[in-house]
Amino acid sequence: MFLTLYDKLWNSHLVESRDDGTALIYIDRQLLHEVTSPQAFEGLRLAGREPWRISANIAVPDHNVSTKADERAIGLAGVQDDVSRIQLQTLDDNCEAYAIPEITLDDIRQGIVHVMGPEQGATLPGMTIVCGDSHTSTHGAMGALAHGIGTSEVEHVLATGCLIQRKMKNFRVAVEGELPVGVTGKDVALAIIGHIGTAGGTGYAIEFCGSAIRDLTMEGRMTLCNMAIEAGARAGLVAVDATTLDYVKATPFAPRGEQWHAAEAYWKTLHSDADAVFDREVVLDAAKIEPQVSWGTSPEMVTDVSGYVPRLVDMPNETARKGLERALQYMGLEEGMAITDIRPDVIFIGSCTNSRIEDMRAAAAVLKGKRIAPSIKQALVVPGSGVVKQQAEEEGLDRIFLEAGMEWREPGCSMCLAMNADKLEPGQRCASTSNRNFEGRQGFGGRTHLVSPAMAAAAAIAGHFVDVRNTTEVAA
Amino acid sequence: MKPLQRLDGLVAPMDRANVDTDLIIPKQFLKSIKRTGFGPNLFDELRYLDEGVPDTDCSGRPLNPDFPLNFPRYLGASILLARENFGCGSSREHAPWALDGAGFRVIIAPSFADIFRSNCFKNGLLPIALDAAVVDDLFRAMYSNEGYRLIVDLERQVVQTPDGQSIAFEVDGFRRDCLLKGLDDIGITLERAEAIRAFELDHKTRFPWVFETLEV
Ligand code: SF4
Repeated sequence: MFLTLYDKLWNSHLVESRDDGTALIYIDRQLLHEVTSPQAFEGLRLAGREPWRISANIAVPDHNVSTKADERAIGLAGVQDDVSRIQLQTLDDNCEAYAIPEITLDDIRQGIVHVMGPEQGATLPGMTIVCGDSHTSTHGAMGALAHGIGTSEVEHVLATGCLIQRKMKNFRVAVEGELPVGVTGKDVALAIIGHIGTAGGTGYAIEFCGSAIRDLTMEGRMTLCNMAIEAGARAGLVAVDATTLDYVKATPFAPRGEQWHAAEAYWKTLHSDADAVFDREVVLDAAKIEPQVSWGTSPEMVTDVSGYVPRLVDMPNETARKGLERALQYMGLEEGMAITDIRPDVIFIGSCTNSRIEDMRAAAAVLKGKRIAPSIKQALVVPGSGVVKQQAEEEGLDRIFLEAGMEWREPGCSMCLAMNADKLEPGQRCASTSNRNFEGRQGFGGRTHLVSPAMAAAAAIAGHFVDVRNTTEVAA
Repeated sequence: MKPLQRLDGLVAPMDRANVDTDLIIPKQFLKSIKRTGFGPNLFDELRYLDEGVPDTDCSGRPLNPDFPLNFPRYLGASILLARENFGCGSSREHAPWALDGAGFRVIIAPSFADIFRSNCFKNGLLPIALDAAVVDDLFRAMYSNEGYRLIVDLERQVVQTPDGQSIAFEVDGFRRDCLLKGLDDIGITLERAEAIRAFELDHKTRFPWVFETLEV
């Protein structure tokens, strides 16, 4: 019996199948943050239940936190919005009450939950990982089965150590060949979504395979799996290889000694069997992938930087025409215009998609010795964790951003979803390294263009989108 | 979850079609960190004359005198009589939380939105779908009889009217069992606690590193 990686992970966590076609799946790790956990804890308390296994959980505040240094210096008191502060305080209180390990706001390891987890080794290959957040798919980059869940399910996992699941189908997305220099994991993610659509992966677990994926760093793989959810798949996966093992070995919570050897031996089996059968397969040619820029209000509204905003006459039907019309109007764009004629007002480099050290380096390499265009009203660089921030500062990257005229902030979700003070104003246009370009996502009336960190940096200098490969030396 | 076997309750009307979850509980109340306390804000926009602000005491707010749920004759109702496609819109669990908080246990309507229906069962509420004509009759009977009550018998799957009529209804067998016993999804999973423990023990021998305590 040949198995896919997803099949293997599913089988090794199957407690039992139930009569109604669902299954009880054992959960190795649950990540908690302040927004989707309060009602779960309250439910636990109201029912008089205790957590099934405390050590399965780890918490970190990220969505609501301030990214301003002066506000962060005074801890929770620095959070201006009352509701946000109460949510953050509630996370602290709940973790204390139930003895759940929490990386608190003042800890250097604090950061976006999907950056912190892999970085600390809190999430490991072979695990089942859940979090009340759809971008939990990120952790699949390590060969783990990871996906987002709702608040009732957070409570269910807290109370039972398990989740009721229906098995997904297997989808293999292969990217073969070599990516051109300057084309990153982000561009691959956007190109795949452009190809299969935002519902293309619905009902599937996507395994990303092929030589171009194997050549990606762990950061690149995380960026890719992060956006599996934008392709409709709750889980993205990459097989374990030497890159994975090297990355994991260096993390603080990784197993040591004897346990490391046992773990490593097991993790090496975490790949699809050569003859495994997938329910769906798509193959992309890596050499043909260009830097991507999204132009619309859905991640599938994306094209090459050398491309154009679509024309109404080219739409296949009335629904598509209406959709395009609405997107053009919201985005304030003309049909058929060149992508390189789009001029952002704001630059946002951050989010769980692109705020790791490699992302910081890629942006800094483009910005080194340059100034951002006078037309840029705000340019934020928000590292994904305190660890990333410290590393970047040791490498002098913060100086490069500051000298270019950008702001160097404290870690958090920030302008990815604008739950804190970092927001677009109505009508403002942002070159963003985040993952969602929905209406209002980065602030009411805000307009989002999804790009890679290097592309965001190049747009900051030029004042409009440009092919980063034509502008300057590109970080390899 | 509170069990529900048999309910003898006062009936109140929500006499319009396509009541969405935003009408049931407006979005400004979703920032709350609790799943209780939404009762006073159920149908907030219809119920009060002023704008609802989270975390404010509703007892002093001006009530809309034309909104039926504010009529004295419906106070203390636990059965809500509604129209088709009740609970459409977003998937927020706050909608059943608000209905529950306001004292409702049963909602009778010709049809319900899918996610809302499943959220009801997860939170101890029973949505009963009956023929539109039957619902119409119930509305008429309720309007013309002050203090109109119904008996909902989940065990026998019937609604009994004061004039002795028995109206049968359908409900998923699994969901019915859960409600009768007061078992929520968590309760049901915990009935399998032994199986989970056994699995866990075996899992731990195979993957001991997963069970290491994270010393933060
Ligand atoms: S950075 Fe954005 S996508 Fe990621 S967890 Fe935070 S809000 Fe969600």
